[in-house]
Order: sequence, then structure tokens, then C-alpha cells
Amino acid sequence: MSRRKIPLFATIIAIIGFILLYLPMFLVVEQSFNASKHGQSWGGFTLDWYTGLWSNTMVQTTTVNTLILAVVSTLIATVIGTLLAIGIHRTPWGKKMGYFYDMSINVPVVTPDILMAIALVSVFTLFRSWTSFFDPGMLTMTIAHVTLEISFVVLVVQSRLVGIGKDQIEAARDLYASTAGAWFRVILPQLSTAIVSGAMLAFTLSLDDFILSFFTSGPDSQTLPLYIYGSLKRGISPQVHALSTIIFGLTLFVMVLMVLKGIRKERKFSRKK
Amino acid sequence: MNLSRFSPMTTEVFEGKLTTRSRMRAFGALLTGPGILWLIIFLLLPTLFLMVLAFAQRGAYGSINWDFSVENLKRLVGFSSFGWSADNLIILGRSLKIATVTTILCIAFGLPMAFWIASHGKSMRAFLFALIMVPSCTNLVIRTAAWMLLLGPDMFPASIARFFGLLGEGESLYPGTFAVYIGMVSSMLPFAVLPLYTSVERLDWGIVEASRDLYAGPIRTFYHGILSQMMPGIIASVILTLVPSLGMYVISDLLGGGKYMLIGNLIQQQFGSAMDWPFGAMLGSVLIICSVVSLIIFQRVGGKNFV
Repeated sequence: MSRRKIPLFATIIAIIGFILLYLPMFLVVEQSFNASKHGQSWGGFTLDWYTGLWSNTMVQTTTVNTLILAVVSTLIATVIGTLLAIGIHRTPWGKKMGYFYDMSINVPVVTPDILMAIALVSVFTLFRSWTSFFDPGMLTMTIAHVTLEISFVVLVVQSRLVGIGKDQIEAARDLYASTAGAWFRVILPQLSTAIVSGAMLAFTLSLDDFILSFFTSGPDSQTLPLYIYGSLKRGISPQVHALSTIIFGLTLFVMVLMVLKGIRKERKFSRKK
Repeated sequence: MNLSRFSPMTTEVFEGKLTTRSRMRAFGALLTGPGILWLIIFLLLPTLFLMVLAFAQRGAYGSINWDFSVENLKRLVGFSSFGWSADNLIILGRSLKIATVTTILCIAFGLPMAFWIASHGKSMRAFLFALIMVPSCTNLVIRTAAWMLLLGPDMFPASIARFFGLLGEGESLYPGTFAVYIGMVSSMLPFAVLPLYTSVERLDWGIVEASRDLYAGPIRTFYHGILSQMMPGIIASVILTLVPSLGMYVISDLLGGGKYMLIGNLIQQQFGSAMDWPFGAMLGSVLIICSVVSLIIFQRVGGKNFV
């Protein structure tokens, strides 16, 4: 698609939208450098909150928990979700099964978090009368997060698979590739970007989640959002803002790197042409 | 000749290989198995269990008494041993209202944002699109707390509002309705933009040009040439904002100053301090119905996938 002009008022509304998304982020960054603790006003620049992070064990443990939860659940959801998307895409399922798969990947997307949370808590409690395996803790939280993430991964990967289409596999087969060879050498490399974006979406969902963690966590599995929610009445510690700023900065950095890589690839491609 | 009429054992060519339909399906089931099993065990069965639980009773000390009755349903619409009260229905109505207004606002901001992103070059588009998701990497609670500070009486949004006479001296934007809506929109917006942007990307601009060629004005062109093509995307966006905002309670809790009891709060109370899981399950069942109905509507308008 070539560039298209859009009316000025649409541009203005779009920019206001972006401001709505980024104003709280701006405040978080500002607070992390603000020397006055309960920051209604600017009390001068400081890095104390960052250095303080090294000694705050509560923030450290909860952050480690948050990251473990996000990484593990993302890995599981990405593997399971990618397999699911490929299995749906390449198999001649027929109409009824196709509808069944459509429903199973779209229902979780429109399930409110709190519903997923109370449903899981109820069955975990039920299971607990037979086994202590489902005691609230990291395991139950991971299960909840994976359940939330799977279908988002499937949707992202699937849309790329549809874009790639079926011709390439057949072409590869005509050129004497085995089916496995065609999948691993032709399709998967093209799919890798979609798998990575699916994983990033899953990771984001996990970091952003509060409600699922709130219901499924145990005494030893406090994550950062739970800790913050608990301490909200006393005001958020600026150290939390420092930490959020670090995560925010890292995400932006990765994003810019990926875009730059994309630009370089595009240039290479157009030069070849 | 319709190939699917053949028995599944007939050999056919799939991906350039001579095989049978049932063999393909057996391998396909192997691939989809883990995911589908996971969703059945941890989503479908728990949800069904919740719907059964909804008809049980609360026992002593929060235990569950498996006598099935429609007592919880009666309580939901307001009948209790003290007579009828509209409290629950008011809470339901308020949840619906807040979710609806949030959705409308999200679409109103999301549509221009989707078009604005799409009006850039290829890599800039990818970057801007990614920028939509970046704030979500900071937890909802942190961002909402940031709004609590931002909307305080001494910060610039309040000064701006005061300048335009929208806010009296000494009043502040937080806590209140305005704060709740701002918090809701700012956290739901990414999920509204996601499907909208995908459908802008897929627009067939030939139709728009044809409409211009046939002397349609900009408004008619937008309505018939663009909006009608984007309908599945818009519906997806509505559902992705409406249904999650129905269950959202953290934002209204923090930004509403305790005045905004929503169905989410009510559910959380039943599973928390009130220890009345069956009634909570009944309230949750209302949300299940909302999700399923919205999904059916989405498929009726010809949508396939949400994102």
C-alpha cells in the first residue's frame, strides 16, 4: 500500500490517543528521577531510587518472580500455540472441526480475565482435595498465564501462515524437498518473525496481568503487581518506578533495534531488485 | 466432483505428498493436541464447572453446599430474604454503561490511530504499531497509579481543565468519573487498535478510488468505501474492548474512589471477603453469556479471527 493522506483532525485525534497511552509512562519515568518521594512536585534529579534497587529485597524477589512467570509461561504458550496454529493450518480438517478450532482459539480472547481467574481458582480448589499439586503458587499462576496467552500466539502465527499460503510448500516438494525439509527450511524461517511477535505479545500480556495473578497466587509467589497493589495505600515506592523505567527503556530499545533491522533488510531487498 | 465425498482412506495429494486424509488428520491432531487439551482442561472444563457451581449454595464458613437451586439467580436479580432490592441490577447496569462508553471512546480514538499508523512508510508503520503495545509492558496497576498522581489537583491536566472552566477551584479530576474513563481508555486502547489496524492494512483502496471516480463526497466515500470494508475489524475491536472492560474492576476501584462498585468488584468480593463462591460463580456466568453472545455476533458479521 502506498502512503495515503489522512485528514488533519484524524492526525490530531491519533496523536491524542498516543498521548493517552504514554502520559502515565512519562510520569513513571519522571518519578523515577524525582528526589521528592511522594512526588506531587519536582524535588530535583536523583539516581537514588535506581541504586536503592540493589538493596530492596522485596522488589527484587517479586521482580524475579514476575520475570520467571512471564518467561516460563511465554515459552510454554509459544511452543504449544505455534504447534496448534500449524496443526490447524496444514490439516484438511473439514467444516465442523474447522469451526471447533475457530471457537477454541477465539473464546479465550474474549473471556474477561476475572472469569478465567475464578473458574481456575474453583477447579484448583476442587483438585486440591485430591492432590497438593495445585496449591496456590507459581505453578497455578503459570497455568493461568499460559491459558491466557495461548490463543493470542495462535492468532498471530496463524495469520502469517495464511499469508504464506500453500504454494511454497508444493514448490519445495516439486524441487525434491521432503515434507519435513520443506517445513523446516522454507516455512519456519518465514514464520520466525510471527512466532517472535506472538511470543512478545504473550510476554506483554503476562507482565500486564494483575487479576489472574491476584486470584491464583500463593504466599510464596508474590509478583511485582501484587506487591504494588498491596502497598498502594502507602504510595508507590519510587524504586518501583525506577524498575518500571528500566523495563520500559529495554522494551523501547529492543523495539528500535528490530525496526532498524527491518529497514536494513528492506534496503537490501530493494537493492537486489 | 466433490473430493470430500471420498472416504477418508482415499489417497489424495497434500503438500505434494500422496497420503490419505485420515493420516493427515492423525498427524494434525498430534500437533494441535497439546494446545486443545490445555484449553479444554484449563478453560472449558473450569468454565463449565463454574456454571454448575452457580447453582450450588453457600455453606457454613464459606464451604460449598451442593444443593442445586435457582436461589443465586434470584439473588442476582435482587430477591433476598429482606425483599427485593435493585442493588445488583444497578451494579450490572453501571458496569454495562462504563464498558459501553469506554468502548465507544476506544473506537473513536482507535480508528484515527489505525489510519494514522497506516499512513506512514513500511518500517515506521511497524514501529508505531509496536509503540501501541509498549506501555502494556508496565503493569496495569503501575500505570493506573500513575494516573492517580497525574490527575491530582496540582498537576497540569487539572490546571488545563481549570483554565477552561471545566473544573472549579479546589476540585480535582481524581477520583471521579472522568478519571475512571481516562484510565479505562488508556488501558483498553491497545486492544481496540490491534484489529482496527489489521483491517486498515487489508483495505482494498481500489474501491475507495472507484467511489471517488463516481463523484461520491468524502463522507460517502468513507462510509461506503472504507467503513463497510472494515466492519469485521470494527466489530472485533468492539468485542475486544467491551467484554474485558465488563470484567475490569481494578481501574474503577483505584480511580473511582470507592464509588464505582462494578460486577468485577462484586465477583471479587464473593471470592474474597464474602466467601460466597456459588454466588460469585452465578455472577461470573453472566460474563460467560456476554462472551459467548459477542462471539456469535462476531461470526454472524463474517469475522473469522479477532486479531
